[in-house]
Amino acid sequence: MQIKPILSALRRHKAGTFLIAMQIALTLAIVCNALFIIQQRIAHLSERTGIDEPDIFVIECEWVGSPTSQQADARMLEDLRVLRQLSSVQDATPSNSYPLNGGGWDDGIKLKPDQLQDSSGTTVYLADDHFIDTLGLKLIAGRNFRPEEVARIDMRDRLAAPQVIVTKALADKLFPNGDAVGKTIYLAGNPTTILGEVELLQAQSIDRWAADFAYRSVIVPRRLAASLGGFYIVRARPGQLDAAMRAAPAALFEHNPRRVINEQDGVLSFAQVRARAYERDRGMAILMGVICVALLAITAAGIVGLTSFWVGQRRKQIGVRRALGATQRDILGYFMTENLLISLGGVLVGVLLAIAINLWLVTRFEMSRLSMAYVLVGVAILLLLGQGAVLAPALRASRVPPVEATRSV
Amino acid sequence: MFGYYLDLALRSLRRNKMLTALMVLAIALGIGASMTTLTVLHVLSGDPLPGKSGTLFYPQLDPQDMDGYEPGKEPPRQVTWIDGMNLLHAQRGDRQALMTGGAVPVQPTQSGMDPFYSDARYTTGDFFAMFQVPFLYGRGWSASDDEGKARVVVITRTLNDKLFAGKDSTGQTLRLSDTAFRIVGVLDSWRPNPHFYDVNMGNYAASEDVFVPLATARELRMDRNGSMDCWGSGGGDEEHLETATCVWLQFWVQLDSPAKAAAYKDYLVHYSQEQKSLGRFERPVNVRLPNLMEWLDINKVVPGDVRLQTWLALGFLLVCLVNTVGLMLAKFLRRAGELGVRRALGASKREVFMQLLVEAGVIGLAGGIGGLLLAFLGLWLVRRQPSDYASLAHLDVSMLLITFLLAVGASLLAGLLPAWRACQITPALQLKSQ
Repeated sequence: MQIKPILSALRRHKAGTFLIAMQIALTLAIVCNALFIIQQRIAHLSERTGIDEPDIFVIECEWVGSPTSQQADARMLEDLRVLRQLSSVQDATPSNSYPLNGGGWDDGIKLKPDQLQDSSGTTVYLADDHFIDTLGLKLIAGRNFRPEEVARIDMRDRLAAPQVIVTKALADKLFPNGDAVGKTIYLAGNPTTILGEVELLQAQSIDRWAADFAYRSVIVPRRLAASLGGFYIVRARPGQLDAAMRAAPAALFEHNPRRVINEQDGVLSFAQVRARAYERDRGMAILMGVICVALLAITAAGIVGLTSFWVGQRRKQIGVRRALGATQRDILGYFMTENLLISLGGVLVGVLLAIAINLWLVTRFEMSRLSMAYVLVGVAILLLLGQGAVLAPALRASRVPPVEATRSV
Repeated sequence: MFGYYLDLALRSLRRNKMLTALMVLAIALGIGASMTTLTVLHVLSGDPLPGKSGTLFYPQLDPQDMDGYEPGKEPPRQVTWIDGMNLLHAQRGDRQALMTGGAVPVQPTQSGMDPFYSDARYTTGDFFAMFQVPFLYGRGWSASDDEGKARVVVITRTLNDKLFAGKDSTGQTLRLSDTAFRIVGVLDSWRPNPHFYDVNMGNYAASEDVFVPLATARELRMDRNGSMDCWGSGGGDEEHLETATCVWLQFWVQLDSPAKAAAYKDYLVHYSQEQKSLGRFERPVNVRLPNLMEWLDINKVVPGDVRLQTWLALGFLLVCLVNTVGLMLAKFLRRAGELGVRRALGASKREVFMQLLVEAGVIGLAGGIGGLLLAFLGLWLVRRQPSDYASLAHLDVSMLLITFLLAVGASLLAGLLPAWRACQITPALQLKSQ
């Protein structure tokens, strides 16, 4: 296939050529970045929580009548007894928060009391001795809390527990040698000993500000007995999640009606918690996907439109070429190559544009740098798209009969 | 002449339906996506108090110790109790208010109504006048109520409807946290967007339902919500918040002229120096005085995702326009013969140019209508999203106008190059080749 005649023909259609190339460049730049954002969001929403999600649900219970902390604690212990007695429930634990909850208690950890900067940030989970079993966490070192080590704490009390359990991520950060168990750390300014280590437990927030300590959580043997109320994390027996989610609030109300469990979101399965936490990310990924598809469709349609016009314009020339001995394949090849040349030009500009846009996004939207793989995927998609779009008009061109050369119009 | 051009345009558009549909669709999609995202951005970055926001300022002081000090770093975004009270009592502004958020149990005396929690704002009395809060009944409370820790409360219309079926409830008693409060005012509907005076409580959240004097709320130890940052030996211990080295209050001041604002900034510098010489402040003087809109910018109140979506949609519109330019160019040049005849029959370049622009305008108008429908659909989808600003996403008149201007303007712009190229045709050449 000779390229020179194609180039000289294109020189006669400067505006059209330039417009198609521009469109391809812009589409490539946007699609690359959009694909990259989609991938980042999907990677974000497939991060693990470390807990046994399918069987877990969460009850948020608010007390009526502003009980004191002691009264709230007594009610809570009663509730836990009621929950654990249900046939569909395997275990239950009180907590101040849970992974993907979005808000909760974050604090700093120091290795020495007089240290100025925190050694690490951490998410604080208040829990009892059932916490690890209920959430299905894997204890990889040390031991679980004993029932007598769990005490009551009010919102206003200082967090001063003699022992805590930490995640492996936090232990590795504080004690890289892997000998965290038994060591003393300072949580919220108070000394505490590491009693055990769990493999994985995600922070309660997945937002960017919590990304530094995403898996550095600490479990404190304290029941948060606040007059406002709190969370119960419940684990259903395998396959009995729905039954347990119906039975649990009913049993709680029967035992003590002086409470509020919000009808809409008072009882949430963990699947619902997950869906809520990532709703925005998923929405953004879907939107990006839709825009990508629409962009590609419009670009393809544009190429079809413009090439059809060129084919119509050059019927006579095509006829002449055919009369002079060019085969149908030659004509087809001509238009395909022409499109490939334009696409290559567009793609070249597009790659630069994509990188420029990404650099700009990095400064404005705290995004990471675009990996070249996305650019290559984008290039491949657009080249294929161009070839696919030009196929129909090019086939039509190849069917122009040689006799066309002799017609005057 | 315009009618004739319009007729020509419609004829030409009807001749190649696929191409016309493609151009209209491209513009409609681009306009629809842009208008949806621009409307959301417009709603979110709006001025919560038009005409007033320029006179409202949010003073920032730096009362922290030297731990983690970096020169030029932004001072904390809230104030301590001591500084807040000092600034409040200094009365250097035209109006000022110190406040924080909270939640209170509301205990209705009406039979058959269970107690429930309501979001509350604990504030000093100037809040209502300073933020131009509309009252349905009664009024706010006075400075002496603040000083005297009066058991008075202002409630919103929503809560008044719920508890008193919308009747004037001023003078009645409302039980909050086991304490009897006298209702002194009922607000009319009020939802400033964003929730500017305390961005910790959800940027686009609805306003609180209960307003209580700050000193009263502290005396009764009512539950507090919001962010708190402590340093040194300060813990978040609720009993000693008044003396703790923690920032947890928002302080707003109204300064009616630029001269007053400058004077107030001087006062803040002076105040910081004084506190430093007293040994309370340790860091070098670092004060800021952003006004309301600057404060919203600093807090990046508009979500990054929304900005990103807007840029994406504008990029999309650009591709759609380039696409339309290409198609129009093809279309107009294809009609070289027809245009050559018109030119040969005496039409000037200008007239041919106008004719083609009318055709581009018709496409733009059709695209605009389509885009508007798509924008309505898009906004309907946005409203079904879970974000706290979802319910605010509505098209207003100005955005409606902008949609049409954008659509027609964009397609005229897209038509300029093809029309210009098409009227460069030499009539003789076109006629000869026939």
